[in-house]
Parts: sequence; structure tokens; C-alpha cells
Amino acid sequence: MSQADETAVLATRSAPAAPPAPAVRRLWTLGLFRSELTTTFRRWRTLALLGVLAGVPVLVGIAVKIETSDGGVGRGGGGGGAGPAFIAQITNNGLFLVFTSLAATLPFFLPMAIGVIAGDAIAGEANAGTLRYLLVAPAGRTRLLLTKYATTMAFCLVATLVVAVSALTVGALLFPLGELTTISGTRIGMGEGLLRALLIALVVAASLTGVAALGLFVSTLTNSGIAAMATTVGLLITVQILDQIPQLHAIQPYFFSHYWLSFADLMREPVYWDDLTRNLGIQAVYAAVFGSAAWARFTAKDITA
Amino acid sequence: MEELSAAERDTGTVIATRALTKRFRGGQLAVDGLDLTVPEGSVFGFLGPNGSGKTTTIRMLMGLIEPTSGSAQVLGRAMPRSTRDVLPHVGALIEGPALYGFLSGRDNLLRYDAADPTADPRTRRTRVAAALDRVGLTAAAGKKARAYSLGMKQRLGLAAALLQPRRLLVLDEPTNGLDPQGMREIRALVRELASDGATVFLSSHLLDEIEQVCTHAAVMARGRLITQGPVAELAAGARGRLVVTTPDPGDAARVLKEQGVSDVVVTDDRVTGEPPDADRDLSEVNAALVAAGVRVRGFGLERASLEDAFVALTGEGFDVAG
Repeated sequence: MSQADETAVLATRSAPAAPPAPAVRRLWTLGLFRSELTTTFRRWRTLALLGVLAGVPVLVGIAVKIETSDGGVGRGGGGGGAGPAFIAQITNNGLFLVFTSLAATLPFFLPMAIGVIAGDAIAGEANAGTLRYLLVAPAGRTRLLLTKYATTMAFCLVATLVVAVSALTVGALLFPLGELTTISGTRIGMGEGLLRALLIALVVAASLTGVAALGLFVSTLTNSGIAAMATTVGLLITVQILDQIPQLHAIQPYFFSHYWLSFADLMREPVYWDDLTRNLGIQAVYAAVFGSAAWARFTAKDITA
Repeated sequence: MEELSAAERDTGTVIATRALTKRFRGGQLAVDGLDLTVPEGSVFGFLGPNGSGKTTTIRMLMGLIEPTSGSAQVLGRAMPRSTRDVLPHVGALIEGPALYGFLSGRDNLLRYDAADPTADPRTRRTRVAAALDRVGLTAAAGKKARAYSLGMKQRLGLAAALLQPRRLLVLDEPTNGLDPQGMREIRALVRELASDGATVFLSSHLLDEIEQVCTHAAVMARGRLITQGPVAELAAGARGRLVVTTPDPGDAARVLKEQGVSDVVVTDDRVTGEPPDADRDLSEVNAALVAAGVRVRGFGLERASLEDAFVALTGEGFDVAG
């Protein structure tokens, strides 16, 4: 630590009789991260968000069940019709409810939940005044920011898994399970299907890291948790709308949400990686750019709240 | 970093600022060229009306705000650069307590303790229990913090400042929101901490509070330091008033004026005034009163309070915001 050395030198040069504070021994534990996780997941707001996310697959599953129960016949693989990807296949195999639910929640519900958690991360603490006590503890600004980002990422993963597990449960209860047909038309076994579902959930969670970094940056700009959440969700909606306007096709590949639905390519045989890697690359760029911006802002900020 | 003077080196200085200045982005000058020296082992009262720059100063000392110019040293190290080495030795209560309302009192302290990278997680629960006990919150530790009264929140904030043995405690308005009994308890706690060897830096706008517990004090108004020093010296700076209680106030006032007492004020049977030059023995003034046939019931100097000192220094009432 060059910083510690430097201050030690300074302290020696102008040492008063009161002995300078000795360099303290820091324990590299995950205490703050654990504390942050439990604090986040014990909020009613977090649980409510997860509850809404768990409810989406239930609604989709019941709707599909009701619609198909009188006709009796599903429309078959690759059949036309509106609705999220894979919806037509659910009646054949409950596992498809996982893919459908993730496709249904990824454009809005999931990133909105992330926006709430990320936007509130710093601004909410500032709003409650707890930020100043964390910083004089001293949590350390970089350490606190990293902890907040790690917790937001953990929430991305948990939120995605909540959707996936809820969908898998509902799918298993309402529909048959078994071998499934990939988009390419080949058939894979149930075990490999589950593996693909898990992989898709992980990719979906990773797709949200860009929004998480953006929300965290917004969170360092204000002392109002509500303002930070609203701004992040507002940005999300704006980008989603701009992504639908054909005249903007030149800049659309740079939107964090542009390749989100590429996770469906994991259901091809063989897997089509191009858009998947583009998606993950964009997320990494967003995380790097907005993570750095958040760090630059937060470490230089006057904490007046 | 400027060299500290020899005198400061002898006494030991816990907080030393040099021309510390903060101008906020709006252009408002919150703290203006502050030279503050807090001796080790003192209970240091930091006085000033609301809005005089006390809290901004404290935030700069705690590394929360970057000074516009000047420097601040806490425990011999430059702030805000050395926050990570200095702050584990400092307990702070800044602008009232801030708690997670949905967590219990105990869980709030566990969280603040977890934020300190020097705190050993294995002894965390013991530390938290001891801190709760010290502020008398053990019985309410399991209650959600949002159900706490203001006084209980204040105590929990204090408990957070006392999680570790501290060399310096910075307490911003620690008795705010407490009832008289609670105030007494906090004062007793402050004295106890000081006798354990900690330096206590106590900001307040309550003069009698400072007078009761502090050994040293500094007075701020409109972002500037007006004075600082031992409390006894500050109070001595303002001279006491001569008070005569008598059934003959008219005669007494006349005689006192003859004896060189100025600014004589008569209220019912009390006659007060500025005593004559310090070298004049007050017993002679009393003798003159008796010789003139004034019946004297009481005669004495009313001790100057810190409030008198403050009014004398600023020429204004204390509660005027700067």
C-alpha cells in the first residue's frame, strides 16, 4: 500500500506528542458483503419484487393451460402466433415455461427489479443517513461500492433463478415433462434440457449486469433513493423504446438490451454463439464504463447527507 | 503539511486544523480559515449557533467532505487521506443517529460493526452486546429500530460509536431529543469515557451542557472560529457583575455610582452593575454602602457564565443563526 507508506512518512515528519494512529490491521473478510446481502434480502421491498417475479410464470402457465384445455391440442413446435418465444411449446413440455417466462420477464420485469435495487444502493443509504456512518466505520468508499455492486449482481442471479425455479415448478405441475425439441428441430433429453435451462438462467442474469452498473452510477449522483430508482427505470424504458425504432438501427447494437433475447440461441443445435458473445461483451463494456464512472464519482463525492 | 508549534507538541494534539476552509459549490462559505487545536485527553466543547459551520467542520474531520483549502490532522494523520487508518480509532455521532428502521437495534450495530474492516467477526456479537449494555439498550435490542423513540435512537447511535475502544469520540449534539434523565446519563457517559483516557469532541448549541462537562471549548459563528481555550479561561474573559440585594435600592444605586460602578441596573430589590477597576477591593464598596446607611442583605459577584462570554465575544444572542 503506497498510500499507507506515504501517510506514515507524513505523520513522522510532523509528529505531535499524541502518537499518530498506528496503521491498522485490516482483516480481509466478507463480513460487509454478507451484511449487505442479508440487509438487502430482509427488506420487504426486495421480497415483494421477488414475489412479483415468481408470479409471472404462474400467470403464464395458467393462461396457457386455460387456453389449450378446451381445444386440447397445442399448436406444435415453431407454430406462429403472438407472445413470448417458446410459448407455443409449453403444452408439449413444461420445461419450455422456463424459457417463456425468462423471455417474458427479461425485457421489463427483471431489469426493473435490478434498477430498483441498484438505484437504491448508494442513494438509499444517503437518503437514510446511514451512508455517513458506514463511511466513518470506516467501510472505505471503494470497498463499499464493490460490495454494493456484488450484492446487485447477486440479486440479478437470485431474481433470475426465482423466475426459472417458479417456472419449472409450475411447468412440472401443469404440463408433461420429458424430451424436448430444440429450435433446430433436434431432440434432446430431459437432463440436457435442464442443463440448458440453467445455462440460460445464468446468461439472463449476466445480461443484467450492464443495467446494474448503470443503476449504481445513477445511484451515486443523487441523495434520493426514489429519484435514482425512477431515473434508472426511466432510462431502461427509453432504451427499450429506442430499440424498437427502425431508423435508429445504426446505434441499436450499442444498447445494453439489444441482444438480450439472444439467450434463445442456446436452444439451437449446435448453439449459435455470435449474438450471445456480443451480448456478454456489451454487458462487460457497460459494467466497465459505468462502474468506473460510479467509482470516480463516489470516491470524490462530498457526503453531505 | 505545516509544522505544529512546540506548545502543541508538548500537550499532544488530537485534532489540528490549519486554515481549514470549505466553500460549497453554490458559493456558500461554510467554514472560513479554521485553526482548531484539540488537546489530547480533553473534553472539548464545540459551540456555535445552528448553521455556524460546526457540522461541516466535523464532516471534514471525518473525511466525508473534502476541504476547499487548508488542512486537517486527526490523531496525527492528514484527513481525508488517512481515513482508513484514523477512523477505526474514532467513534462518531454526526448530525443525529441514522438507522435501518427494518432491522432490530442489535442488527443495526452488527451491520455497522461489519463495515469496519478492522473488526474481528468472531467477537462481533460480544462487542455489540457490550455496546448495547453501555447505553442501556439491552432490553430493547430485539425491537425494530423504527419503533424506537428519538432518545433510544440517539443511544443506539452512541452505541455504534462505542463498538470499539476509541481514542477520539466525535459527538455532534449527543443529547438532542433526550429527556433530562437521558441528558444526565449521556453527560455521565462522556465523563466516564474521558476518564478512560479518550478525547471527547462534543458539539452543542447548549451552553450549559458545554459548561457542565467540557474542559476546553471553541466557539464558532458564521463559519469562523471566534475563540478557543480552556473553559475556565473563556468564562473568565467575561467579567462577573456586582450584585447587591437591598431594601434601599435607590440609595444603593447612587452610592455604587459614586464608587465607580458603571452600568447600574435596578430591578426591585436587586441592584447590579459592572464592578470598578480590578485593583479596587470590593469590600471597600460594601463598606461605603453601609457607611451611607444602605441596608445590605446580599453583596457579591455573580460568576460570568459561558453564555456571558459568548455574548461578549459575538455581541449577539446565542440562538441567532449565522
